[in-house]
Amino acid sequence: MERHFQRDLEHLKSNVIKMGSMVEQNLTDALEAVLKNDAVLASKVISSDGKINQFEIEIDNGVVDLLALQQPVASDLRLILAIQKINNDLERIGDHAVNIAESAFRLVETPQDEPLLEIPNMSNIAKEMFQQALDAFIHLNAQLAQSVLESDDRIDALNRGMNAQVVRMIKKDPKSIEGGLELLRISRNLERVADLTTNIAEEVIFHTQARIVKHHAAEEKQKQ
Amino acid sequence: MNELKTKIRVENFNFYYDKKHALKNISMNVPEHRVTALIGPSGCGKSTFLRSLNRMNDLIEHTRCDGTVVVDNVNIYDEAIDVVELRKKVGMIFQRSNPFPKSIYDNVAYGPRINNIKEKKQLDEIVERSLIRAALWDEVKDDLSKSGLALSGGQQQRLCIARAVAVDPEILLMDEPASALDPLATTKIEELIHELKEKYTIVIVTHNMQQAARVSDFTAFFYMGEQIEFDETKKIFTMPGKKQTEDYITGRFG
Repeated sequence: MERHFQRDLEHLKSNVIKMGSMVEQNLTDALEAVLKNDAVLASKVISSDGKINQFEIEIDNGVVDLLALQQPVASDLRLILAIQKINNDLERIGDHAVNIAESAFRLVETPQDEPLLEIPNMSNIAKEMFQQALDAFIHLNAQLAQSVLESDDRIDALNRGMNAQVVRMIKKDPKSIEGGLELLRISRNLERVADLTTNIAEEVIFHTQARIVKHHAAEEKQKQ
Repeated sequence: MNELKTKIRVENFNFYYDKKHALKNISMNVPEHRVTALIGPSGCGKSTFLRSLNRMNDLIEHTRCDGTVVVDNVNIYDEAIDVVELRKKVGMIFQRSNPFPKSIYDNVAYGPRINNIKEKKQLDEIVERSLIRAALWDEVKDDLSKSGLALSGGQQQRLCIARAVAVDPEILLMDEPASALDPLATTKIEELIHELKEKYTIVIVTHNMQQAARVSDFTAFFYMGEQIEFDETKKIFTMPGKKQTEDYITGRFG
């Protein structure tokens, strides 16, 4: 006999997936706005963030109801706890997409002869990571989630490289200072997106394998 | 809450066991096609209140009551009320399953037969439909002549539910319907309650607060004969309005 609790839990999960798709769209649009100097697309991202925030509240309420009324245990409990954190991560990623869209706006207003340096590269990696993390959640695929964790180092390295590249760019052409600072902002936002995406992947592993991987928890415990 | 139709309207209802004032000025609108749970410590009056909804307390000597209980615009304490008809409309499931020492078929057909349904084909239909609604049909359809007492505890309770729904009630009162059952049988009863509310209005008394949380849409908390709080179950279990309710459901009572 299927419990109505299972249907409620599926509904909650599908809401997270819907929210994830909205965040993915906003992230993609924000980066597209940067790459193509598209102010219209940037303003679309900014205006649709409210819907994501609404979703966050709805999912929060769903989590509280299921915890309070259904007393979930084991994998059901882990899924609900994972959803609560993923919900938070998604909302934050949505905020970073807005930050990137705001940078895109400012870049449209500044002279456009400076190169975007590593931004296109970082964008591709961050988008791919996000898609994989969401897929891993949809299909509860811990292996896929694991591969997201491994991509995070690439973004971190590129972000660190951006500092030196922007400094060089500004030294070469002091007029590029505004654009250069904007690129650093975007880079930092992408680095945060990748971190939050990593959190989502960690939550998928927690739910599917009951294993805590954040902060390299297993290795730390072994050391002790 | 406004858009829900009220099935039972209780107003200023008082109940006395001799000199003991067991229910004090209870008012409550029980919504149609929803599950309303009554919770509270032993002796708080919740079972008395439940039994007041189909006048089962009439059978107890030295009791009296005042105030009104209105079911579908009819005051059930009106002198002109036919109590047998009332109990047909407002069925009851008890804590201990109490099938008659008869076959499964005869248990379910009992009520309809009393109501003068004699034709075999019609009875067959009612028995099948009632057992399906009680989620028991698949388990017993091959041997309806088996004694109701030969079933497991959980099956017996579902048989009692089938027997109750066989006379087409509109309201089902349940007094601790799963307290004598193991966790799996309890889950089945709880899921059944969830399905039954599509057709019936359900009022359930339970000692098990988690059960009230799982199965009900509305919850009333009773304490010492008073209704302390009545609200959506979601609200009661996440943001109760009264400290007494909070203390009771969090186990900090007394």
